[in-house]
Amino acid sequence: MIKPYAITLKPGTSLSNLTGTWRTERPVYLDRLPPCNNACPAGENVQGWLYHAESGDYEQAWRVLVEENPFPAVMGRVCYHPCEGQCNRGKLDSPVGINSVERFLGDEAIRRGWKFSLPPDSSGKKVLVVGAGPSGLSAAYHLARMGHEVEIQEAGPMAGGMMRFGIPKYRLPRDVLDAEVQRIVDLGVRLRLNSRVDNIAQGMQNFDAAFLAVGAHIAKRAFIPAGDATHVVDAVSLLRSMEGEEKPMLGRRVVVYGGGNTAIDVARTARRLGATDAIIVYRRTREKMSAHDFEIEEALQEGVMIKWLSAIRQAGEGQLTVEKMVLDDKGMPVPTGEFETMEADSLVLALGQDVDLSLLEGVPDLEIKNGVVQVSASMMTGYPGLFAGGDMVPSERNVTVAVGHGKKAARHIDAYLRGTSYEPHSKHELADYEKLNTWYYSDADKTVRPMLDIIRRQTSFDEVQGGLDETTALFEARRCLSCGNCFECDNCYGVCPDNAVIKLGPGKRFKFNYDYCKGCGLCAAECPCGAIKMVPEEI
Amino acid sequence: MLKQIEGSKAVAEAVSLCRPEVICAYPISPQTHIVEALGEMVKSGRLAPCEYINVESEFAAMSVSIGASAAGARAYTATASQGLLFMTEAVYNASGLGLPIVMTVANRAIGAPINIWNDHSDSLSQRDSGWMQLFAENNQEAVDLHIQAFRLAEELSMPIMVCMDGYILTHAFERVDIPVQEQVDAYLPSFEPRQVLDPSEPISIGAMVGPEAFMEVKYLAHAKQLQAIERIPQLASEFRNIFGRDSGGLVRTYRADDAETMVVAMGSVIGTIKDTVDEMRDEGHRIGVLTIVSYRPFPLEQVRGALLHCRRFLVLEKSLAVGMGGILATDVRMAVTGAGLKGYTAIAGLGGRPIFKSQLHQLFRQAEKDELPPVTFLDLDRDAVNRQLERERQTRRSGPVAENMLHDKGIVSAKFG
Amino acid sequence: MGFQTIKFYQTGTYTVGNRLLLPDQRSVQAGESRSNSINSGHRACQGCGEALGARYAIDAAMAESDNRLIAVNATGCLEVFSTPYPESSWQVPWIHSVFGNAPAVATGIAAAMKVKGKKDVRVVAQGGDGGTTDIGFGCLSGMFERNDDVLYICYDNEAYMNTGVQRSSATPPAARTATTMPVGPEPGNPFGQGKNLPEIAMAHGIPYVATATVADLRDLEYKVKKAMKMHGARYIHLFVPCPLGWGTASSDTIRIARLAKESGLFPVFEAEHGEITGVLKIRRKVGVEEYLMPQKRFAHLFGSHSHPEMVIRIQEIADRNIRKYGLLDEEAA
Repeated sequence: MIKPYAITLKPGTSLSNLTGTWRTERPVYLDRLPPCNNACPAGENVQGWLYHAESGDYEQAWRVLVEENPFPAVMGRVCYHPCEGQCNRGKLDSPVGINSVERFLGDEAIRRGWKFSLPPDSSGKKVLVVGAGPSGLSAAYHLARMGHEVEIQEAGPMAGGMMRFGIPKYRLPRDVLDAEVQRIVDLGVRLRLNSRVDNIAQGMQNFDAAFLAVGAHIAKRAFIPAGDATHVVDAVSLLRSMEGEEKPMLGRRVVVYGGGNTAIDVARTARRLGATDAIIVYRRTREKMSAHDFEIEEALQEGVMIKWLSAIRQAGEGQLTVEKMVLDDKGMPVPTGEFETMEADSLVLALGQDVDLSLLEGVPDLEIKNGVVQVSASMMTGYPGLFAGGDMVPSERNVTVAVGHGKKAARHIDAYLRGTSYEPHSKHELADYEKLNTWYYSDADKTVRPMLDIIRRQTSFDEVQGGLDETTALFEARRCLSCGNCFECDNCYGVCPDNAVIKLGPGKRFKFNYDYCKGCGLCAAECPCGAIKMVPEEI
Repeated sequence: MLKQIEGSKAVAEAVSLCRPEVICAYPISPQTHIVEALGEMVKSGRLAPCEYINVESEFAAMSVSIGASAAGARAYTATASQGLLFMTEAVYNASGLGLPIVMTVANRAIGAPINIWNDHSDSLSQRDSGWMQLFAENNQEAVDLHIQAFRLAEELSMPIMVCMDGYILTHAFERVDIPVQEQVDAYLPSFEPRQVLDPSEPISIGAMVGPEAFMEVKYLAHAKQLQAIERIPQLASEFRNIFGRDSGGLVRTYRADDAETMVVAMGSVIGTIKDTVDEMRDEGHRIGVLTIVSYRPFPLEQVRGALLHCRRFLVLEKSLAVGMGGILATDVRMAVTGAGLKGYTAIAGLGGRPIFKSQLHQLFRQAEKDELPPVTFLDLDRDAVNRQLERERQTRRSGPVAENMLHDKGIVSAKFG
Repeated sequence: MGFQTIKFYQTGTYTVGNRLLLPDQRSVQAGESRSNSINSGHRACQGCGEALGARYAIDAAMAESDNRLIAVNATGCLEVFSTPYPESSWQVPWIHSVFGNAPAVATGIAAAMKVKGKKDVRVVAQGGDGGTTDIGFGCLSGMFERNDDVLYICYDNEAYMNTGVQRSSATPPAARTATTMPVGPEPGNPFGQGKNLPEIAMAHGIPYVATATVADLRDLEYKVKKAMKMHGARYIHLFVPCPLGWGTASSDTIRIARLAKESGLFPVFEAEHGEITGVLKIRRKVGVEEYLMPQKRFAHLFGSHSHPEMVIRIQEIADRNIRKYGLLDEEAA
């Protein structure tokens, strides 16, 4: 067709008009740091593995998860999940049940027998890990995956450390723990049990580096005058003895002294051992208790009682003398001089634990402070090649933190062995709630909400009651807002009035066509998850 | 086939023979009988395939035609007077887009005052719209011009108005030779649009064109009409070959060979003029007639050629450029620029005022004697006009003009003819 | 819409795409091979709601008609920014005639397709609110009344934007335009004027009438596709904010459209043969202030010389819409 001059035009020819020159601001894609990832002591890429779980690719989700943490089934039971506390969805309705999905993935991996991928090739370096607790196992796992030869020497008869000897079975079934430990051993890690290292300087002679993670297994004491007939035991010993053949005898009325999670564990264990009364005595108030709220709540639900603002002064036969306390302006307990007595068949002291540092004797250049080993930012002690982590270094003491130490130490040990240094990626800016456009996320519909709530209550927090099934896990995973990370919702691709967003295909995300992008900012405004940022155009 | 038939019906038959595919109808006198007849043909299935659309205005009539034509359908509509003005924006658009729509204009005066009778004000108001305009002398020519119009419009991809005098032709029963389908099919090939809206070959029609190309677009429309000056005589000649009669063309002369005075006009008044000229010739006057068939394109060369031999010419036109004089006359004078001829303009027949031979005899004789002013208003009641002008000079609120003038004439209602 | 019992899709159908949905459940706009009926390089302002709405609508119509589509355009922004010589953005056969005749031109094309037996070729006409509710109204009503086989889409940005933001019969009360300036005792566009074209369209009894906003792609696509499955005269009234004319940020176009719907000021519904058959409920109800305040055309209602009584009257309009169309779920209310 010979078209009439000027008044009739060929289709689509506006492509020759490059409207990108109008732009004063340009959109850029970025990954922001989701608050869950930011909050995870083990540095898990929570949003990253939920992304795969959302599409039902649980194995890939698990694989992304275990890049950072080899214990999803354990974590899904014992982690205090600070991720959920920071979850942006909490501002919308309620946080994503990250922990319960993690547990689902961990259990699914055990059920289906998923294995870690083996390291590509060996570095020829040997690393000694002392202690088979969460920190040591985590370090061993990461080191092995980096191609190093790893030997764990564990003083006790079984691996797991505090995961086994500190956490009651009702929170962490042992077959779950065993399965996840075994998977690490299957990587080629050599696990030597009943192998106490008395002197690390000697012990690491045949190794290129060592990671110390012996934990804190010595119970702290408080001076309480006690008669011979009084049954006083420390929490560490008590929980450890739960792993033996003979169960400890505590009697019908058990008093636990302390305010941490261990005190709660002991009280709940006492109930399970048959105590009619399990009473926690704590010198301060509930607000000051270091135990997690939900643990206190569960303990109370199970009938555990707590006596606030009370200090135990004397343990007599079947009877304790308790002094009432008040808090001063700084929140510290002050004695009142008022005393009372309470009956008790046994008293369990849960006042914290110390580290047995005897194996460090003779090692030069170490710094010990407040009963723990000081380490550098790279987790190395003052002695070259000797790294340490977990409860024996200054830090919050829990399994997730310990696992995080193991990973972090492994990366630095790896760099040390290669004669380089490990520079962690600079953290992305935080994807806070204000960066999201929450309009786009489905509501937990009114018909769905009650159903979900029941499932979530029964499964997310109460470990005794089992995990999510696939449907509910999928549902929970899909509640993720994918904060700060593109989840390929196509919004930018759709809302651009100038067709200046190029869709690169599944899993490949998008790119901007700056030839035509006018910089209107609609893509950034309508991105649900805050993965686009407008930046000033350079002059 | 010879028929005693109303002009409108005859035109409807001719249009139907041209196999229009979309017909838009909106009633306005005096074209109504044409679209009524076509409507019946479509409804009965006699004219098929064809879509007959009762639109809500002339503006829509032209707009629907534009859409149909751009989509490759042969489109036809008819209008007159106010209707033509109401569709004006679309009229210009159709030619601007180069869409070969054929439209009958049953020429009628433009109000106010509202008037349903014949003159040429309506189509001449569209002089510069880019449409070609062919004027029929009688109903036979009206029939024939429609057939030629479709051919010409589609060849050039430009729209054409076929103009026929309202009532005088549209409502007149005459003997008309209605062609047969085979003849028309032989003359008029099926519509091959120059551009068409087609999903398999998308184009954008109707771009906004700025100063950088607007002149060229307009010139191209002009060039098309210049091409039409070449094609119109050829098409008339081809028409004669198939249909066996002379019809159309750019201009026609009558008894012009040795004429010293030439009368120039368009449309049905040519008949009265010819009769008058015949009578004057019988009396020995050297007077002839130039009929303009193609008003747009205006055949300057042919008009010049037809007039050069005479001494004077008189343009008699049914239109008025208010404040100036003749419309057609301006073009005719342009054609004979520098030829040294005397030229006169007679404005006649506005709003259906009858033109009688007696008036023409007088007028032509005055012309021969060069006694005419440059512009003459034939049969104008000077007294009435003067009285009204005087009233207006005296009184600001001098009352309704028409009523005053009727009162002056001593009659109570308008009745002419 | 309806209830999801357990199939929960993170973003469901609120986003343009959703990798969790089956391909046939995804939007036209999510497709890598969507038509892009209006190509890049058009000259619409940054964040133009009309450019976006037109691509949404025409792409959907093309998808539904297997690309056998012809589009007609009234004069206006959309026409000017898409086809300035020598470049056209359209990838669909397209014609622009004049301002007020798009429905009639479309009728002519539909007639041509019918007479030529091209049953598969469908016709869409489109125009802005001025071209639709004012100057094109006669042709539109005629097209409706004859039930011509045309889908007409009005891109409503509530004023004559192409000529410099003058009032149209779709301009809302109190809005500032170049011909309803915010001066005098009753600043902005007068209350009690304007026409509700979707309801007028419904009064013609045509097969389908729907309203939609550029903020809800899936709803719009559903309506365009539904309209394309039907024959006869169909009308879609699409709400498209204009950053330039409304004085909003170019990045706010979709948010403003969403607020118009969520406030109740722009009811989103569909109707068949004059009877309302579906209403898009308000999901997160907002007061009209939240919609009005980000727009400079309503700035005179707030601030130092505020007109709270006018805001109240606008809220009354929204409340009336909510009652009339049942825009709130009983539970949500």
